[in-house]
Amino acid sequence: MFKNMMSWIEYRLPFMDKMNLHVVQYPAPKNFNFWYFFGSLAILVLVNQILTGVWLTMNYVPSAEGAFASVEYIMRDVEYGWLLRYMHSTGASAFFVVVYLHMLRGMMYGSYQKPRELLWIFGMLIFLVLMAEAFMGYMLPWGQMSYWGAQVIISIFGVIPFVGDDLTLWIRGDYVISGATLNRFFALHVIALPLVLVILVFLHIMALHEVGSNNPDGIDIKRDNDGSVEQTAADKKFTFHQYFTRGGKKIIVDAIPFHPYYTVKDLVGVAGFLLIFAFVIFFAPEGGGYFLEKPNFEVANPMKTPDHIAPVWYFTPFYAILRAIPDPLLGAVAMFAAIIALALLPWIDRGTVRSVRYRCELHRWNLVVFCISFVALGVLGVLPATPTYTLFSQFFSFTYFAFFGLLWLYSKNEKTKPLPVRLT
Amino acid sequence: MSNAPVDHGRRRFLTIATSVVGGVGAIGVAVPFIASWNPSERAKQAGAAVSADISKLEPGQLIRVEWRGKPVWIVKRTEQMLAQLAETEDRLRDPGSEVEQQPAYAQNRHRSIKPEILVAVGICTHLGCSPTYLPDDFAAQTEGIRSGFFCPCHGSKFDMAGRVFQGVPAPANLVIPPYMYVDDNTILIGEDEGTV
Repeated sequence: MFKNMMSWIEYRLPFMDKMNLHVVQYPAPKNFNFWYFFGSLAILVLVNQILTGVWLTMNYVPSAEGAFASVEYIMRDVEYGWLLRYMHSTGASAFFVVVYLHMLRGMMYGSYQKPRELLWIFGMLIFLVLMAEAFMGYMLPWGQMSYWGAQVIISIFGVIPFVGDDLTLWIRGDYVISGATLNRFFALHVIALPLVLVILVFLHIMALHEVGSNNPDGIDIKRDNDGSVEQTAADKKFTFHQYFTRGGKKIIVDAIPFHPYYTVKDLVGVAGFLLIFAFVIFFAPEGGGYFLEKPNFEVANPMKTPDHIAPVWYFTPFYAILRAIPDPLLGAVAMFAAIIALALLPWIDRGTVRSVRYRCELHRWNLVVFCISFVALGVLGVLPATPTYTLFSQFFSFTYFAFFGLLWLYSKNEKTKPLPVRLT
Repeated sequence: MSNAPVDHGRRRFLTIATSVVGGVGAIGVAVPFIASWNPSERAKQAGAAVSADISKLEPGQLIRVEWRGKPVWIVKRTEQMLAQLAETEDRLRDPGSEVEQQPAYAQNRHRSIKPEILVAVGICTHLGCSPTYLPDDFAAQTEGIRSGFFCPCHGSKFDMAGRVFQGVPAPANLVIPPYMYVDDNTILIGEDEGTV
């Protein structure tokens, strides 16, 4: 009876076949390390954001008059409202922690290189939408930092020649940031962008499963079936979906099925993540003033600028680049260039060896300097702009961009180490 | 089903014609969606001119008036502040107010209609913060100058006519809004028809 029903469905919608293709018989390299936790953790955080977000809208009032009070109402009077809100606000920061580590993993192991360029582009689009989503979400509590942070970010569009002023007026829907702005950001934050985000995540995973997962060695697990590589007994132990062998043209080596091996491994990552996540939610929900900034506990006041405006920590590396350049237009261009440069990595990197393990010593140090620059810019972006700090910002902006320039130069004729035949 | 040979020219024409008409339709549909983001009639109403009474303004005092949701400063400058305007000029980015940040009638050293009364939009031209008025303590920011405006966000500095100093992030002088004197003690901010 049950079997009949299943095959009735399977004939009309091949659900089990797709489950095998993407989960049970998906070949994943056997040498994933902890860096491979962050993809599945990003999905976990996305689910957390959607779920807690839907619940928050049930009590949130999207208007200039009611927003701040409704957030206080959620925090004080709604049962477990404080928990739902802290899960959502901490989730936003956790999302960026996870995504930044996920991106670093891709950079270390060359996961953006051919044939994974489109996969990387989808990832960068997710990052862009995520930044827009986080920015609009931070405005909704209508606190002082919500208001003035938005003021700073929206005026970035005002530096565009000729159309800048009209563009900012159009974005705000008023001569200043007002309830009109708040309402449209609310609509985008809870409906439009999450839809786009979910679609992009779907495309990201589909693109991943088409080209297959990279791994810390950066060598392929799908090889030509021409006798150059032999399958070992261990390789023959598992059944993989026939789609991946391309009708016998490919053999799969050093792979294990995603389920149960990596579902179980990712559960360990989930447990570790939730431990830290729960600690922050219960013991440091404001993240020391970095996840929820102090001035945001005061209602938005267009007549009073806080003494020091800093965006939330995950924007500060790019904000520091914006501030490092005195000319506002060039500053904005540099800030966007910092993101575009990342998106263009597959073409800036002209090398063929993927993993940092087998690339030249210079590449290793280049990556280290890039990471230091990114973190340093992040720190400088929170600090007030004194002449000394501006000088530091300029220095680290330079080293940030130098990463890409150097990579382009040395990757053409790079002295790499010999690649192993099989995964190590 | 017809067995007549495919007329490719006709098929191409129909494809292009359908695409063009469909494209025009899509643009037409986009108009209301994009236009609905413009300020509404109510927002435009709220952006109308406001008047301020300056009869009780003391020398050196600054009052704020809200116009289009922005803080507009009205400062009654002292003799000392006005005298200072000439001294700062070699340290300013645009001492002659060449950049059009003001109506023509405010393009002078004191950037105002009446020399002692400054009317300016109190928003930094860098990234939109509101600078702090330092009537006596500005020297801590800029040596030898007693009064001015200091932006706490990114350290931009302006003199008592809202003119920006060199070497700060703000690229231009503070904006002077259109305004007019209805009578000696009343300023109308946002409208200037009939004056000058």
